[in-house]
Amino acid sequence: MVTTRRAARTSSVDRAIRPARDKNERIVILVDAFNYAALRGDEWFRALGQHLVLVGVALTIGVLICVPLGVLSARSRTAAVGIINGANALRVIPSLAILFLAIPYFGLSFTSAALALTLLALPPILINTDAAFRSISPAVKEAAYGMGMTGRQVLWRIEAPLALPVIMVGIRTATVEVIASATLAAFIGGGGLGIYVTRGFALFDNSILLVGAISVAALALAAEVIMGGLERLVRVPS
Amino acid sequence: MAFLRFEHVSKTFPNSNHAAVNDCSFEVDAGEFLVLLGPSGCGKTTLLRMVNRLIEPTTGAIFLNDQDIRALDVTMLRRRIGYVIQQVGLFPHLTVAQNISVVPELLGWDKSRIAARTDELLTLVDLRPEYYRTRYPAHLSGGQQQRVGLARALAADPELLLMDEPFGAIDAITRASLQDEMLRLRARINKTILFVTHDVDEALRLADKIVVMYAGQIAQYDTPYAILAAPANRIVRSLVGADDMMRQLSLVQVTDAMSALPADFTLNGAPTIGARDDLKSALSRLLQTGASLLVVQDEGEPVGLVGFDQIRRTGLGKS
Repeated sequence: MVTTRRAARTSSVDRAIRPARDKNERIVILVDAFNYAALRGDEWFRALGQHLVLVGVALTIGVLICVPLGVLSARSRTAAVGIINGANALRVIPSLAILFLAIPYFGLSFTSAALALTLLALPPILINTDAAFRSISPAVKEAAYGMGMTGRQVLWRIEAPLALPVIMVGIRTATVEVIASATLAAFIGGGGLGIYVTRGFALFDNSILLVGAISVAALALAAEVIMGGLERLVRVPS
Repeated sequence: MAFLRFEHVSKTFPNSNHAAVNDCSFEVDAGEFLVLLGPSGCGKTTLLRMVNRLIEPTTGAIFLNDQDIRALDVTMLRRRIGYVIQQVGLFPHLTVAQNISVVPELLGWDKSRIAARTDELLTLVDLRPEYYRTRYPAHLSGGQQQRVGLARALAADPELLLMDEPFGAIDAITRASLQDEMLRLRARINKTILFVTHDVDEALRLADKIVVMYAGQIAQYDTPYAILAAPANRIVRSLVGADDMMRQLSLVQVTDAMSALPADFTLNGAPTIGARDDLKSALSRLLQTGASLLVVQDEGEPVGLVGFDQIRRTGLGKS
């Protein structure tokens, strides 16, 4: 029943993505989108899984690189100049450009997509880590050293917990950005929820397009809520 | 043997062409309250921070119990020395109790001992343990924060306490009450204290001995009374306001000026003053009451008489 209606519409003369004509059609597209995903539940979960893996890989590598770099740049003025300027330069390059820049080196693959997304995750985490450590009151550090803490103890017991909430904000920003941009991975064969967007374009089908769009939007929203909760958990009482 | 000894200590910071501290030598006895007094930039804080080696001297040496502090492990040295700074520097992510426990924890005390010590210290600085233990620094007023800062510095029962303008950022009323507290505490904890301030009245009020510093050098090292009565030079005289009679009077206890009771003494409703009060309060009491003599009472017992003549006889202000 559903499939016959779609078949009828896709065979219409003007084969192009166009906005819904009226309220009825808008609802129909939504229902179609839901049915499309429900009928291919396995595929949807696989796409979601791929999406999450892409995001997870990019964020993990991003955190592993940026947190130590951020600590370093907060401590040394010379290191900060190079590191922070690098991060800012990276931030100016659009995500799509980064994605396509990876192709000549890693081909149309998961690796290319993961690499591009990692580069995307770097700036917010790095800049926030740097700011987090810089914003710790010198009096607090002086007290810590003056009481006889070693450099390592000051870092782990005092600086890290105080910096964590601000670092979390950076990770949250990066997460949402990476979730959104991971949609583009499908364009270069990286999989993820973006496959519905590319397929919707290819088949001139609004409802398939919506499956991708709604899923990604919901995922970004969920991530925002979860990260916000985590952030509140580590917040310094004020 | 002096508890703490400075020997020709000098410090020149990199990128500076003059010494922040210039050839300072002096000794501090155990249990003494020593105030480093001077205008900002005179090197008093630098001198203080060399004791816990936050700054290392360019030349000279500091000895604690006759041991060169550079021969000691720096973190162990610092754990033996309480440190209180003007900005307090409480750790905002830790509760009051956790802040106080930091050094005992570093020293590996067991939990029950730390908990008992924390409560003891909170009581000592006049904060109710049941209420304040679990508060965070952000929930405390400036004065309360500095009380916690003091408790934290005293946590591991250090022999030496370094205080760098601890009440400098606190309003005048709270400051006065913290100074009272400090005097009260001093009587109960027998510690050697090095206290940096630029506030002359604070210095006179708290110190056993004062090191007056000017331009990196020691201008005078003596008791508060001697510094006021016989300032070493013009700089010290103007710095401590030695010409201020009231300031001098506030440093002399009435018992040091009073004359003996006559044999036929009867109290007869005469105005009284406590034995621990100073001559400044005696003078204002004389002016207030219009009496010519005050009866000095020690715990309710009359012990002497003080009036304008007795105050004049102390010989103050005749330098």
